[in-house]
Amino acid sequence: MAKQTKSTSPRKTTPKRKPAASKAAKSNDSMNVVPDELSFSATFDTYPAGKYTHEDLGLSEDQVMGMYRNMLLQRRFEERAAQMYGKQKIAGFLHLYIGQEAISTGTATAINIGSDSVITAYRDHGHALALGMSANEGMAEMFGKVGGCSKGKGGSMHFFSKEHGMFGGHGIVGAHVPVGVGLAFAHKYKEDGGVAIAFYGDGAAGQGAVHEAANLMAIYELPAILVVENNNYAMGTAVHRAFGQVEFSHWAASYDVRGSVADGMDVFAVCKAMQDATALAREGKPTMMEIRTYRYRGHSMSDPQKYRTKEELESKKNEDPIIRLKAYLLERKITTEETLDSIDDDVKNEVLASVEFAENSPAPDLDDIYNDVYDSREYPFLA
Amino acid sequence: MAVLQYREALRAAMTEEMVRDERVFLMGEEVAEYNGAYKVSEGMLEQFGPKRVIDTPISENGFCGLGVGAAMNGLRPIIEFMTFNFSFVAIDQIINNAAKIRYMSGGQFTVPIVFRGANGAAGQLAATHNTSTESIYSTFPGLKVIAPSNPNDAKGLLKSAIRDDNPVIFLESETMFGMKGEVSDAEDYLIPIGKARIAKEGTDVTIVAHSKSYHIAMRVAERLENDGYSAEVIDPRTIRPLDIDTIVESIKKTNRCVIIDESNPYASISSEITFQIQDRAFDFLDAPIKRITAKDVPAPYAKNLIEYYMPQEEDAYQACLSVMYAK
Repeated sequence: MAKQTKSTSPRKTTPKRKPAASKAAKSNDSMNVVPDELSFSATFDTYPAGKYTHEDLGLSEDQVMGMYRNMLLQRRFEERAAQMYGKQKIAGFLHLYIGQEAISTGTATAINIGSDSVITAYRDHGHALALGMSANEGMAEMFGKVGGCSKGKGGSMHFFSKEHGMFGGHGIVGAHVPVGVGLAFAHKYKEDGGVAIAFYGDGAAGQGAVHEAANLMAIYELPAILVVENNNYAMGTAVHRAFGQVEFSHWAASYDVRGSVADGMDVFAVCKAMQDATALAREGKPTMMEIRTYRYRGHSMSDPQKYRTKEELESKKNEDPIIRLKAYLLERKITTEETLDSIDDDVKNEVLASVEFAENSPAPDLDDIYNDVYDSREYPFLA
Repeated sequence: MAVLQYREALRAAMTEEMVRDERVFLMGEEVAEYNGAYKVSEGMLEQFGPKRVIDTPISENGFCGLGVGAAMNGLRPIIEFMTFNFSFVAIDQIINNAAKIRYMSGGQFTVPIVFRGANGAAGQLAATHNTSTESIYSTFPGLKVIAPSNPNDAKGLLKSAIRDDNPVIFLESETMFGMKGEVSDAEDYLIPIGKARIAKEGTDVTIVAHSKSYHIAMRVAERLENDGYSAEVIDPRTIRPLDIDTIVESIKKTNRCVIIDESNPYASISSEITFQIQDRAFDFLDAPIKRITAKDVPAPYAKNLIEYYMPQEEDAYQACLSVMYAK
């Protein structure tokens, strides 16, 4: 990791404010509560693209091939989902993760799936598939069928999988981030060694809930990582139009926690950032991480994307995380074109099979509407 | 039985449940080192230590969300609001997360959490600090809402709430914290959620009243008794689910009903109870149902105005006479 310590003050001398202020308050000179100068230090690490090899991360070639397949599964799954949305097999809102797959896969590679916890917002298919949810469960959920991960009650925005430590899939921007900190609180309380990772978009970074969560994570020293997936646009609002401080990793300093920033177009950069952050989190040192990424599709299916140019979109496609990994695999002769083609065929078939599964899975019984509201069906619902 | 203050009964319930179950913890503003803004949690930090009795910054949205996540991940949090007026900055966590995650996850995740604290008016605190929230929270499926009127119910229902596997809104009262009453010291004293209490049996009129309003109802019943009328007083205790069966059975006997509820009247608990009674017992009613509520305005500050704002005993008394056609 590229270790950096930066200070926004040109005169970096005094330590942190807290002890200095308390000393001043106790001194006889009660007027002197403000020292001559204030320093503001921030510690953060950077994880650029192209810096790490799979060997650096302790990954086998088989694992890297698995990562490639997993990213491709997310891509093909969502391409098919978009098609099914067009055919009106999927309704409601559909937010695609296409372009951001290195983040979900890089994270899933770095954590202990099942014993660590992941929570994210409504752009959640990628994280669920990366953690091991089947394409069948995901597609059936979007079709509103009982074979879905949430039995058809949640839809695209609410993918949950207890088995895989996937705590959702949440529809209200930023509201799940304190919940993620609560997952970490429980890991610490139970002393089970688990880490909780809460993902949110750059749009959510303006929500108060995120900042309250960051503060609580800091004061309770929780095994948590807050990750802003900065894809540059909150729906149609570019980051620079929404934030005074667009360097999200700098926000960590406000909560006196470690900050880091990783290139989200390189799965190895993400994986390394997560390896480091999870190791520290397990020692009670949380991180606020920014991952810079790009969403190739609109915010949702109804987005005309007039807020960005075609040239911008095309230029970003050259950084495609799947193409990048493919080039890496071929360059290092880890695999061959033929093998990659067969993986592509295999993934396409898996996704096609998921569509068939979703088609054939029954719709929920009408009576099922009353299930899972409370722990018991005996609840006297008004009718 | 022992005589305890309402706050002591709450403390006894929390303490017993925390001794019983390691997963239960208490979190909120000033609950630990300050010993509770209203001294409900006095001594609990000393007994259980800072791991399980946890002070928070003034950050309701944050710590309520933290509670929801902790509950999803195997713990059983008790989240204290200094008052429920402050729950509004966290209402997203309660309504969108606590109440709905079980459903949205197809039952994979449960949220066994209690949000508790003072609810309703408490004197000259003006509009922001005098809100009755029961009708707001009761509208949301996935939540249970409890509002006990006395120390004994407070203890038995809070213990049940902590053991319940659903999110529970537990509404107390600043003006009742010091109220004393006989409290069961039976081991594992649990009052079932969703069961009303017939506080006084009677034959001429049914008065339905919860929380502080219950005490108005009992005074009105006593006055009516002196006039020669027999009022039946029902304390629903739980607002959601509502024990409508007990209320309907009473109305089949008395044929008349007055509801006292310190919520603002529009789309309130009294509205809902009235609907359910006419739906279930229309043919048994000999008079229109009457309700006595807070005025349909924000709570004012001035002493005479806030007194006028609150449900009036005299109005409730007159309403009872009216439904009995006794005046």
